[in-house]
Amino acid sequence: MLLGLAILTDGLVYAAYLFIVAVGLSLIFGVMKILNVAHGAFYAFGAYCAATAAGMYFDRGLPDAGGFLIMALAALAVGLVLGLILERTILRLVYGKDEVIIVLVTYAAFLILEDVILLIWGPSSLFAYQPLVIAGNFMIGPLVLSGYDLGLVLLAVVLAVGGFYGLRYTRYGRLLTAVIFDRETAAAFGVNVTRFFTVTFLIGAMLGALGGAAMAPKISVTLGIGVEVIVLAFAVVAVGGMGSMEGALVGALIVGLCRAAAVHLLPQVELFVIYAVMALVLVFRPHGLFTRAQPRKI
Amino acid sequence: MAGGKYLLGGLLFIVAAAVGPFLPAWLISLLTISLASALVVLGLILLWRAGLVSFGQALYYAIGAYAVALMMRWTGIHDAFVAVIVAALAAALTAYLVGFLLARYREIFFAMLSLALSMILYGVLVKTEALGSTDGFNVSTPTFLGYAPHGFALTIALYWFALALGAVAAMCVSAYMQSVAGALAVPVRDNEIRVEYLGVSVTKLIHLKLVIAGTLAGVGGAVAAMSISHVDPAMSYWTTSGGFVFITILAGAGSVAAAFIGSILFELVRTASVALMPGTWQLILGTVLLLTILFVPGGLASLFVRRRKVAGEGAQ
Repeated sequence: MLLGLAILTDGLVYAAYLFIVAVGLSLIFGVMKILNVAHGAFYAFGAYCAATAAGMYFDRGLPDAGGFLIMALAALAVGLVLGLILERTILRLVYGKDEVIIVLVTYAAFLILEDVILLIWGPSSLFAYQPLVIAGNFMIGPLVLSGYDLGLVLLAVVLAVGGFYGLRYTRYGRLLTAVIFDRETAAAFGVNVTRFFTVTFLIGAMLGALGGAAMAPKISVTLGIGVEVIVLAFAVVAVGGMGSMEGALVGALIVGLCRAAAVHLLPQVELFVIYAVMALVLVFRPHGLFTRAQPRKI
Repeated sequence: MAGGKYLLGGLLFIVAAAVGPFLPAWLISLLTISLASALVVLGLILLWRAGLVSFGQALYYAIGAYAVALMMRWTGIHDAFVAVIVAALAAALTAYLVGFLLARYREIFFAMLSLALSMILYGVLVKTEALGSTDGFNVSTPTFLGYAPHGFALTIALYWFALALGAVAAMCVSAYMQSVAGALAVPVRDNEIRVEYLGVSVTKLIHLKLVIAGTLAGVGGAVAAMSISHVDPAMSYWTTSGGFVFITILAGAGSVAAAFIGSILFELVRTASVALMPGTWQLILGTVLLLTILFVPGGLASLFVRRRKVAGEGAQ
């Protein structure tokens, strides 16, 4: 019972983290059909900026609550700037090319940004532990849970609800859905598809950076965090179905719970289980759980 | 025309083998590793021609490397020839098995599933303490049919060995490309369903290509393991696969020779950038990749082909 509860809470926290990271990737893929490897770099930049901002803010002894805001703002700002640079300079040149070619372009951008991080922050790790301390701990029965983890789950819920609401009930969201379904028809009805691409990419980039900021207090912010996260996010998005909001959510839950179960029951398979789940889902549902089948072109 | 190509290739092979003993040891090692990568890239080129990009070729590379390392550790057989055969068989078997799954996928989904499969192996290797976990373990010194060199002689022997493997692989891949099955790659890329109407099973065709590419990657891994004398899980990490894809793009899918030139350039630039400007290796890599995709989409091979065509027209 206790074990089950531990798996459930750990799984939920991990799923929240996965969802925050993967939702931006999924959004960009859904709208632009771009599998954005540079998402890992957005994540890393978000984490680095948030950790730096947190360090500067908390050292001054300012009120605690503002620190969270500063971290989020720092990440969103860097996501905005990086997304804008990448979309306007590089991606614009390759729109309309093969999907696989665009993956390679974002891979190149990822490699470049990884070294830019090294050039800016150097090889030493950053620690932004303060928010964890501020958020404190609380108990559910015999389990000790971190308040920060609860915040992470809340952030994921807010993003999910906001995303669903935004896509279904706002003008922008409905137009975006039209673009996702059929780019050309949407353009024929007067939707400025290019502008939607830019805006979507910026939102995706900001979400990636926000994911990094949210995780920064829980990890040591160091080189290579983007490399790990990008394959994780791929796995989540592939399980759920690329480009689907529900997919990202369900994918994150499945992967999160499976990993938590593996960590508690059989630690040897921890890394393995995530990709095994992904492979298993792809065997039965080649395009993920939540994607419509595509008609074949003759 | 084809005969001329083989003649040129043969001459280059002899020159490359002959200059070996006069090169510094670091350069020979670099060339051996380049040859190992070139073997993997040859396989990727076969897949690329059919429109498939594998982001998980490190799976077979690592299988080949670990097969050699484990064989030497467990059986006491140290012969390089046996090692390569074992690695090739292990990788081919792996590719054959996962091929039933992979051959059904295309485009992004193929890339992601192959990535996932290689990451599964990575996860297993990292968590297996008997195999040294993240540190990996050392590979013992290979022998060559009873000849057991040491020091510089070993470096040279491995280089020649890799060179011979590269030459054989280049000839086989070149012959395969000209066969019916090989020539069908481009039609598969352009329109798969029409190829099916010709009475060819595209799934089986791609399955075959996967096995060939996997075997080549396994042999490459075996050469790398013997050359570095060490294996570790990073060999199966997705960034390793990314490196191979990078060389494929740089070389271009047009020619077998480009795989070798691309691999050597890749290793040279890596060595130079690590030595001269540490911390900028990925920056250079990314920039070159970007520039290649934007300005030379056919890779280095396309430059040569285009030049040759222009020269031919001039002669007429």
